[in-house]
Amino acid sequence: MLVGGLARLGLRAGPSPRDVPQNGATPPAAVPKGVDMPITINGQAVPIPVDVRTSLLDLLREQLHLSGTKKGCNQGACGACTVLVDGERILSCLALAAQYEGRSVVSIEGLTPDGELHPLQRAFINHDGYQCGYCTPGQICSAIGMADELRRGVPSAVTADLAATTMALTGDELRERMSGNLCRCGAHNGIVAAIAETFARTPAMAEAAE
Amino acid sequence: MSILDTIQQTAAGVVAKLRPDAPPDRLIGRKHGSIGTSLPRIDGPRKVRGEARFAAEVPAAGLTYAALLHSTIARGRIATLDTAAAAQAPGVVLIMTHENAPRLKPPAAFMSDPRAAGASDLPVMQDATIHWNGEPVAVVLAETQEQADHAKSLIVATYEAEPARLSFAQAATRSRQPESVLGEPAIIRIGDAEAALAGAAFQVDLTFHTPRHSHAAIEPHAATVWWEGDRLVIHDATQMLHQTRWTLAGIFGITEEKIRIHSPFVGGGFGGKGLWSHQILAIAASKLAGRPVRMALSREGVFRVAGGRTTTTQRVALGANADGTLAALIHTGTVAMTTHNNCPEQFTFPARHLYAAGSFLLEQRVADMDMLANTFMRAPGESIGTFALETALDELAEAMRLDPIELRRRLEPEQDPTSGHAFSSRHMLAAFEAGAERFGWSQRNPVPRGRREGEWLIGMGVAAATYPYYRMLGGAARVTITRDGYARVATAGHEMGMGTATVQAQAGADRLGLPVEHVTFEYGDTALPAGTVAGGSSQTVSIAAAVAAASAKLIAELLTLAGNDSPLAGLSAGEVEARDGGLGHPEQADRFESYVSILTRAGREEVSAEADAPQPVETQRYSMHSYGAQFCEVRVSAVTGEVRVSRFLGSFDTGRILNPRMAASQFRGGIIMGLGLALMEETEFDERSGRIMNPSLAEYHVPVHLDVPDIEVIWTDIADPHAPLGAHGIGEIGITGVGAAVANAIHNATGRRVRDLPITLDKLL
Repeated sequence: MLVGGLARLGLRAGPSPRDVPQNGATPPAAVPKGVDMPITINGQAVPIPVDVRTSLLDLLREQLHLSGTKKGCNQGACGACTVLVDGERILSCLALAAQYEGRSVVSIEGLTPDGELHPLQRAFINHDGYQCGYCTPGQICSAIGMADELRRGVPSAVTADLAATTMALTGDELRERMSGNLCRCGAHNGIVAAIAETFARTPAMAEAAE
Repeated sequence: MSILDTIQQTAAGVVAKLRPDAPPDRLIGRKHGSIGTSLPRIDGPRKVRGEARFAAEVPAAGLTYAALLHSTIARGRIATLDTAAAAQAPGVVLIMTHENAPRLKPPAAFMSDPRAAGASDLPVMQDATIHWNGEPVAVVLAETQEQADHAKSLIVATYEAEPARLSFAQAATRSRQPESVLGEPAIIRIGDAEAALAGAAFQVDLTFHTPRHSHAAIEPHAATVWWEGDRLVIHDATQMLHQTRWTLAGIFGITEEKIRIHSPFVGGGFGGKGLWSHQILAIAASKLAGRPVRMALSREGVFRVAGGRTTTTQRVALGANADGTLAALIHTGTVAMTTHNNCPEQFTFPARHLYAAGSFLLEQRVADMDMLANTFMRAPGESIGTFALETALDELAEAMRLDPIELRRRLEPEQDPTSGHAFSSRHMLAAFEAGAERFGWSQRNPVPRGRREGEWLIGMGVAAATYPYYRMLGGAARVTITRDGYARVATAGHEMGMGTATVQAQAGADRLGLPVEHVTFEYGDTALPAGTVAGGSSQTVSIAAAVAAASAKLIAELLTLAGNDSPLAGLSAGEVEARDGGLGHPEQADRFESYVSILTRAGREEVSAEADAPQPVETQRYSMHSYGAQFCEVRVSAVTGEVRVSRFLGSFDTGRILNPRMAASQFRGGIIMGLGLALMEETEFDERSGRIMNPSLAEYHVPVHLDVPDIEVIWTDIADPHAPLGAHGIGEIGITGVGAAVANAIHNATGRRVRDLPITLDKLL
């Protein structure tokens, strides 16, 4: 039912049939019976998993088949699992799903409601901001959360004036704030260019940059 | 990485002597095709949406999750393995140990056969013997990953440890010369290099040390596997599909046809995504349990089970004459290896081809240790070999008061200095000169520690980059034209982010005279014609050669189909070219018929042809290599010793560039991994226990965004007339020379020479 719900939103939760043959069966509906307070994931209410050890990352990947969020280290060191919770970026591998009851989680599959590409996703394509594609969803979700932190005047380790209420999207600010998202293929220049172009255009950022 | 087995080499050598040069690939001269355009990645939209599905993400009904228990000793035996509590834990489906694992043959090790993929030839979980610290001793399958991980923690293992070879320095005292280094001799002596060195006007004689490195691809190794009766289905993250299939067939005693491996997306490889024990254990456990298995290694598991680049000590000694030519070039050293693999980290290869010298002594030795098998990692040998050689050259230039680029001008050879072969295409000095101009090399102060801005000492360094051209044997391709004027090009190739899917669609389009939107490239599946390994920067030309052969066959069949009622009547396959969505005479515009017309008249839905790539005879006749010049500017804190790379430029001579957008990314990717090699990467091996002590991405440091400046890359774009498409592979050359360019820049900034990687700040204080 949940998978069907996601499909109505234009989000793909199941395998892409073209290149992913499977062993002849549909994946199990996979949403375990849980406690009452749900988590909202990409607009859909999802019960808290029964096994309290389940991370938000494993809930997404293994139970909801939303495998766009990646597991790179499962210990908070690589950023591949970054998702947005009420607009803030978090590492879903370090988050127990049970902690997020009542919260609204957006993963790469839910960035836009209609399956259209987010401007940052388009910029990643234009600037070749990836190679293998494995860190990509985390980079994109992280950058969206990062831009909002900048808009809110949250300082970083390279911010000169910690009391400032807004700060410019300088190259060093961007690179420092994205340094928690590792890329091993070496697409850093393209990633930074895509993020800079996307958020330099948004009114809040343009204002901050002035 | 290359598979150069002796028989193949001999056979190819005979063929090369008998056969005249093949004519250059027709596509080299084409100006208006898709090749050379910056087509965005075909798989880009799926990757940015998170729709690209990787091996650990394939759903399966009845799936079980695997967890591995790793040994905590380096050598000895399992004394006891108490699995009782684990077996009772919730959700546990199976516990597999050496006591109940199916009987398996040992893997055929890579290099033991051109078809072999095994990272080592050690038996996998067949008895109580322990060969390295971290070797899997038990597999737990459970209904969920959480349950498997918990149950694994309940297993109690005890060991009887035996003395192990864990000190590299000690092992090096008992080093041996390997039979060969990737099919080439382990030692090359030309003249008496030691005597020439002793008598030379200028000398440097230096020792370098390089540590172990980890590929650290962001996707951990993973496989989702199941049996369908006696047939085996594997979703793997691999850069060697058919080799893995052949090797697994041997291990499990089944025919290759029973095994199908899918690997449409690989989340970074760099040499590390081969056949390790985890896939074998997953398949064995699936057989025992009768259920599908997902074996997704933890990050620590990757460090325990999948090896990386090995450690080396190297000596480079250069003896120069007063005119700046070399009287002696000595590059020798020892690498840590095991007795059960064959990966001797070919660090002397650059010195075999880069510079003219009056005498040579190039020797590789291996020291056997009790450790996880090391393996190929981006430019194995060349990456760390150029660190030593190109640092030494910089030191020689300094001793001679010569500009380092001027020294290289004086060392430029007329033919390959050790093989004597003619170069197929070599424009290294042009790459140096273009790079120097662009980078502003003339601004460099040749006096070390001569430029300072506040706390920051600023310096510039340069080094040569080089990597061989390889084309692997054993690849095939199928080309199909359909009645609607579209084409499919198919081979079991690999896409790990290099751009294979995109560039092969471009090459296929030009080969068949079609717009690129009409061409689909199918890959990543052993049901397709055999692919070659994605290694040795060889895949692009290996596939291109197979596609060219299949296309030639297809064109002949199309001409037959066209028959006598066609404007093509009377033309032979050699007289037509593929253009404008059909076949035509190159000069006579009216002698043309479209694919749509040919197939429609013949009443065919599609026409298909499959062919093997021809022997790579070009490498038997020519010295074929890529070249480059790496320019680096660093800022070093005089207070803390912190190094920041402020500018970097790579200038490359790698044949024709097929897609500038993706080529730039490949070069940059290599350079960035080179920055890691230079400044931060080291897999810490505890010589008391043999255990890797930093098995995480928090403690194995790779360059992050703030470490990476804007990197400029430029290229000569001169086609190699002897290579398919005129192209050389570009996946690995980017990392070569970077270590030395950084080290030389640090010396220019600080006056300090560091010959021990990585150059961390403690070494500069």
